[in-house]
Amino acid sequence: MDFDFISKTFVRLLAALPLTLSVWFLSVVLGGFIAAGVTWMRVSGVKPLELFARAYILVFRGTPLLIQLFVVYYGLASLPAVRASFAWGFLRDAFNCAALSLALCTAAYQAEIFRGALLAVPHGQVEAARACGMSRLLLFRRVIFPIALRYALPAYSTEMISMVKATALVSLITLWDVLSVALKIRNDTLVTYLPLILAGAIYFAVNYIIGAGLLALERRLSPHLKPRLT
Amino acid sequence: MGDLAIFGFGPGGWGLALLEGALMTLLVSACGLLIGAAVGGLVAWARLSGRVFAGGVGQAYAALFRGLPELLIIYFVYFGTSTLLTETSRLFGYEGFVGVPSFAAGALAVGAISGAYQAEVFRAAYLAISRGELEAAVSVGMNRALLFRRIIAPQVLRFALPALGNLWQVALKDSSLISVTGLTELMRIAQVGAGSTHRPFAFYLGGAVLYLVMTVATTRVFDIAEARATRGMRRATG
Repeated sequence: MDFDFISKTFVRLLAALPLTLSVWFLSVVLGGFIAAGVTWMRVSGVKPLELFARAYILVFRGTPLLIQLFVVYYGLASLPAVRASFAWGFLRDAFNCAALSLALCTAAYQAEIFRGALLAVPHGQVEAARACGMSRLLLFRRVIFPIALRYALPAYSTEMISMVKATALVSLITLWDVLSVALKIRNDTLVTYLPLILAGAIYFAVNYIIGAGLLALERRLSPHLKPRLT
Repeated sequence: MGDLAIFGFGPGGWGLALLEGALMTLLVSACGLLIGAAVGGLVAWARLSGRVFAGGVGQAYAALFRGLPELLIIYFVYFGTSTLLTETSRLFGYEGFVGVPSFAAGALAVGAISGAYQAEVFRAAYLAISRGELEAAVSVGMNRALLFRRIIAPQVLRFALPALGNLWQVALKDSSLISVTGLTELMRIAQVGAGSTHRPFAFYLGGAVLYLVMTVATTRVFDIAEARATRGMRRATG
């Protein structure tokens, strides 16, 4: 084991980081939009929509992400109907499948976080806003959303970090992310520990940065909860 | 073959193989959860011990295993323990590769991950025990072992049960990743079936349904256990 090998391995692993991060970013953002829709259905009070949202959350949280990913990438791609349709242009690419599948999964978790945050908004605030004559949209924009956002942030940052970890699964559908490059190096050089340890260090650093960033945002958004200076 | 016949139990049917895979998934997840309970108990104890070094080690363990991708941990444990064993056996004059059974490596990896989360659960549950009860037990002269057995353990388990139910689900889902080591659990069987029948959609969807049935059914078990453990307790709501 020499320093030259370590630095070369590290550089190769870092070169794969953009793919890991772009799968992460796309799936979290897309998942956020889907989650907003699912949350809206879940709290809409309309029975069929509510049932659909419940079923969506149950299915995507109750099955392993790995099998969801395989249903999308290997499963859908094998169906003649999909191959003939316009969706094939999108689904034939492993990257798209990875982002879509991770987004669908995180949306279920995010929807539960959003719902919990919505339910935590004190009812008195909503009543007060109504009493002032705010329209529903204004009420949401000025009162419900800002309060719910603060309640959602701690759980949301946990979900973001678990999504970084989930991106490692895309190594199993032929994508060259950090983990699959580490496994390739391990395979080629027969060095067992080092490539995996370096990959782990990269994931750990990414998670640390994301966690610290979201914590800073959380503190900034809730200055009233800061401990008083005596 | 018809659409559902491939999941049948007759010749050429994959029903039995899938059910065996599901059983293996339950077994390896349960072993993982138990190993995780042992690890989690140790880490929680280290963090509550008040010793700086032990506390630091416990905290580092929890941070590490919660911050690394589960798949990476599984590869690391699988390849790592095999290499370790191979090199150890070389010291004793045996040349050649010694592989760790994938069941053991898988259960260990799932347990190592689950332990990091269980440590937090046990720690929070311990802190939820009212101090008065601990003081009362000490003042009637209980020694540490009796205090742990009669006062601490029953309450920690009761407070921890809802969170342990969630961690069981996580372990069940994480166990699908062990398929990369070749263990013939549900995910692996679904992969083999998909490959040999060229019907990946049916097999992965069927596998997903089985996973869903397992999570829903075992969640019921935890709900019943929780209702039993908290009978006789007053609640703030409901």
